[in-house]
Amino acid sequence: MSGIPHDHYEPKGGFEKWLHRRLNVVGLLYDTLMIPTPKNLNWWWIWGIVLAFCLVLQIVTGIVLAMHYTPHVDMAFASIEHIMRNVNGGYMLRYLHMNGASLFFFAVYIHIFRGLYYGSYKAPREVTWIIGMLIYLCMMGTAFMGYVLPWGQMSFWGATVITGLFGAIPFVGESIQTWLLGGPAVDNATLNRFFSLHYLLPFVIAGLVIVHVWAFHTTGNNNPTGIEVRRTSKAEAEKDTLPFWPYFVIKDLFALALILVVFFAIVGFMPNYLGHPDNYIEANPLVTPSHIVPEWYFLPFYAILRAFTSDVWVVMFANWITGGIVDAKFFGVLAMFGAIIVMALAPWLDTSSVRSGRYRPMFKWWFWLLAIDFVVLMWCGAQPAEPPYSTISLIGSAYWFAYFLIILPLLGVIEKPQAQPATIEEDFKAHASHTGGTHTVVDPAE
Amino acid sequence: MIRKLTLSAAAALALAAGGASAAEEGHVEDFSFSFEGPFGTYDQLQLQRGLKVYTMVCSSCHGLRYVPIRTLGSESGPGLPEDQVRAYADQYVEVYDPELEEWRAAKPTDNFPAVESAGAPDLSLMAKGRAGFHGPYGLGLNQLFKGMGGPEYIASILTGYTGEEQQQAGTILYENTAFPGGWISMAPPLYGDDVDYEDGTEATIEQEAKDVAAFLMWAAEPKMMERRHAGFAGVIFLIVLTSLLYLTNKSLWAPIKKKAKETPAE
Ligand code: HEC
Repeated sequence: MSGIPHDHYEPKGGFEKWLHRRLNVVGLLYDTLMIPTPKNLNWWWIWGIVLAFCLVLQIVTGIVLAMHYTPHVDMAFASIEHIMRNVNGGYMLRYLHMNGASLFFFAVYIHIFRGLYYGSYKAPREVTWIIGMLIYLCMMGTAFMGYVLPWGQMSFWGATVITGLFGAIPFVGESIQTWLLGGPAVDNATLNRFFSLHYLLPFVIAGLVIVHVWAFHTTGNNNPTGIEVRRTSKAEAEKDTLPFWPYFVIKDLFALALILVVFFAIVGFMPNYLGHPDNYIEANPLVTPSHIVPEWYFLPFYAILRAFTSDVWVVMFANWITGGIVDAKFFGVLAMFGAIIVMALAPWLDTSSVRSGRYRPMFKWWFWLLAIDFVVLMWCGAQPAEPPYSTISLIGSAYWFAYFLIILPLLGVIEKPQAQPATIEEDFKAHASHTGGTHTVVDPAE
Repeated sequence: MIRKLTLSAAAALALAAGGASAAEEGHVEDFSFSFEGPFGTYDQLQLQRGLKVYTMVCSSCHGLRYVPIRTLGSESGPGLPEDQVRAYADQYVEVYDPELEEWRAAKPTDNFPAVESAGAPDLSLMAKGRAGFHGPYGLGLNQLFKGMGGPEYIASILTGYTGEEQQQAGTILYENTAFPGGWISMAPPLYGDDVDYEDGTEATIEQEAKDVAAFLMWAAEPKMMERRHAGFAGVIFLIVLTSLLYLTNKSLWAPIKKKAKETPAE
């Protein structure tokens, strides 16, 4: 499967040969596990395993939770309390699932920013990147619908606000919203379809993950230098790589176990820290909570959604040029989805010939500013939409777009990249001996 | 469930307001509880005292609909002996039986009833449905160090009455320093010596408030002790596993790194 030359599976013994002629399943597993992987991957490369673990954790705990959950507006909230109080180990299952979602997003954000820094999105890995973005979108859909299921106040009002966004689409918005909700408002029909889709989407994600892995097994992994593995011969490729098993499996498992220590501490000792108290109050369409906030992992995009109010000149301009069709609310929706679309387009917006941010002196600064921007937007998303937060959100949103639409294309032209090591082997040796070759830039961020 | 609501209008409003700053927060006292911190445990006697306050005072207005009465016997909770649980259900709780179509004395397998007459919220999850602590600057650090503050909030409400009253649209509101907005429609439920404590504890307002708040924390999170044990076991197990994997990883990579150090790059 991989373009990097390596040993392929040779069936040994009678049964293996028999099976191999009929179904190449062992060969597929062998090639997947033994894929040549750049020796010099650093610790930012461990989040893929964490994500795979999260997907399995969520599916396993989710299937058991679904056995005890009742998707009905009059019973959903009580069935969660039934799980928490009466089902054996139910409280643990639910808290694992609840906080598992947070770990999932925490990991995916680091994974995405890893890709942004080391240029993992660049040719020839655009397909891996695009599939990754689709996975991320599915994760957002799954998490959003999952949050509605306990039928607490935030479930209900979060669902009302977010589905209301579709209502902002000109002309067809209201019909779309009604179609999504299965009625004029968030109600039993909504809860039922969200439950159904919440069960379905993780399997779509699992399918996409297979394609994601397949895609980067075709191109080979990126690595901190961004230089490709030498692949003219097997002997040469082996100087740059090691097989995934056991070298990276063990390394990744070590990192995963360490992360799970923190995860279990949170589940065991502060499982509600990341949640919102209002969701322990049953949904009530007559009482609007004073503060509707989404879960932390949606906050940056929620901030972008709210940043574009009708007094911002771009919004006024858009409103004027479209003859009033694009109002502030619709503009906000476009901005929110646009923020993800521009990120998905990074492979084509980045014009630099150098892949890894490690050798791009100017890019580095802009990149870290983007990372900070993301955190600031996350903070703004949880604050009331009033000055000074609205102004900060607007600046933060503007930077997000500027990074992808202006800075990335421009940097490729004006930036003078630093010298890169000739091979991955050279980089690995430089790091192993800690002498730092003349070519290697020691980056404090790594 | 009332359906014909102009929800989209409400949603648009909520979106525009974007969660306008919540009504000004009240003052929540940081009472200390035995179950605070990672190794804290419920104080069984305190939970029993709190149960008594709930039964004698709060239960006339507030329900505990999600709490099964039998869980009063839980070892990690109030830990009442089985016969006492049965006697408690029989003497103090009445539930509506849909099959008999009448009220009857409760059995341990019943839940506490939902009480809706007084317009008072159900207390089953009150200790998790309110956060007493916030900030600073929206960073969530106070909740990280002091906890979410649910039981502190409840105890602060019960001790936060100033004695001022005002009438608004036919209801009397009582000034309360802990309630957001400052005026609550619950009349001060505690005056001190509202119950007799069998264990000899003096029933001051503050003592009763803390006891019932602790009891309500247990009602909201009856498996807290079990959860912490599981979490603790998980953390210890994972620390061992992490150490083993660390050593495995180190020895696995050692020859590779050694070779890289010794042979110069081509
Ligand atoms: C006379 C009836 C009555 C009694 C007795 C009573 N309450 Fe209340 N309680 C109410 C009402 C009514 C409200 C709603 C107040 C409001 O929202 O303004 C309320 C609200 C509350 C709240 C929620 C405040 C909030 O944040 O919304 C708590 C907590 C509470 N009561 C605890 C107790 C406890 C503990 C006791 C027993 C010591 C008790 N109450 C006894 C009537 C009562």
